[in-house]
Amino acid sequence: MPAEHSLIGFRQNVLASIPALRRYARALTRDAEIADDLVQDTLVRALRSEHLFKGEETRSWLYTILTNLNRNRLRSLARRPAHAPLGDNDAVEHAGPEAGMRDIERALQSLVPEQRTALLLVVLEGLSYREVAEVQGVPIGTVMSRLARARAQIKGFLDGERPALRRVK
Amino acid sequence: MIDRSPPPVTEDELHAYVDRELPADRMLAVEAWLATHPDDMARVAAWRAQIDAIRLRYDTDEPVPARFNVERLLNGDRRWKRIAAAAAVVAFLAGSAGGWIARDALHAAPAMAPGFEAFTAEAIEAHKLYVVEVRHPVEVPAADADHLVQWLSKRLGYQLKAPNLESLGLRLVGGRLLPGPTGAAAFLMYENASGERFTIYCGRSSAPETALRYSENGPATSVYWATQDVAYVVSGSGNRKQIGDVAVAAYKQIEQETPAPRGG
Repeated sequence: MPAEHSLIGFRQNVLASIPALRRYARALTRDAEIADDLVQDTLVRALRSEHLFKGEETRSWLYTILTNLNRNRLRSLARRPAHAPLGDNDAVEHAGPEAGMRDIERALQSLVPEQRTALLLVVLEGLSYREVAEVQGVPIGTVMSRLARARAQIKGFLDGERPALRRVK
Repeated sequence: MIDRSPPPVTEDELHAYVDRELPADRMLAVEAWLATHPDDMARVAAWRAQIDAIRLRYDTDEPVPARFNVERLLNGDRRWKRIAAAAAVVAFLAGSAGGWIARDALHAAPAMAPGFEAFTAEAIEAHKLYVVEVRHPVEVPAADADHLVQWLSKRLGYQLKAPNLESLGLRLVGGRLLPGPTGAAAFLMYENASGERFTIYCGRSSAPETALRYSENGPATSVYWATQDVAYVVSGSGNRKQIGDVAVAAYKQIEQETPAPRGG
């Protein structure tokens, strides 16, 4: 029964991807609750449309769904006045390893979403450039330039150049 | 002065080097370049530090919470379906309970959902033809109910369900296979103690999804509905309420108690 086998394989692949999807969603959103909601929506969509799944790489497909859902979420947020995240970015800095972790979070948050997505898919999720191009629906060259800009921006941010986010009292 | 300078290395190649995407035949060239270009070496080191920081921050091996259980995700979907089915029944009952508002609503509804005319016409013809039959009302009697359901399911191409309507005093008489407007149709007959007969006619249909609706055709009254690709018509000769009750009971069993998909 090859059909049944592939169905079971599909669900197992979906299940096996959950920890990675949660990690990716948290890094994307910086909010564990929003992240898990995104993951849940992604899984429900994937399971509902498993009949559409034609054996491509399950993992890339899941990342694509989650990435698109997050983009929709950001678009609907953009229509509302945004003020909440600013307070977070202004958190008082402390020394020590925790401060370092918050720095990388804020550095990521300073990226435009497409760059953040490309960088996280490559460095956190280990996707190939080609897979990221598929997830984002752009040529590999665009992925490369997003990656380059993201890395330059983060380096600048961590080196202390962050005019946009300087503390405003 | 370098006498044998390596081919120039692009920034893309530096990223590919850090991300292990560099073709093997460029490894030596990039490493030689980095050995002689401290600025690029520093950039590469900074990018690697970013990678470490991102992984350190977000990598986790915490267990997956129960909300991400496949069964639960699928059942969550089913719960939603069940609520939708219950809402359809409530709307139907409210409509059939009488009163001006409800009657207006019924009359305001489109006469018949498109795609249903042929289907309900066939169902009502079959109903009229077979309910008066004394000796051979059905092909397969209820004594062979399991076989009947299995056989009809095979011919229809989906799992048929013969609802149990004993709570309404109706016992299954049996069923038969009939030609429908768009392929095979299943015909089930039920009977109460006083010999009144009700029939359920169903088959694949391209009619759009519809909640329960009445249709009157001479002495026979029907209630029909359609799900994704199957249409049902419950017919009887009694009053509206009686047929409505039978239809609701059948609808509840058919739409709400289909077996849950098996999780992988």
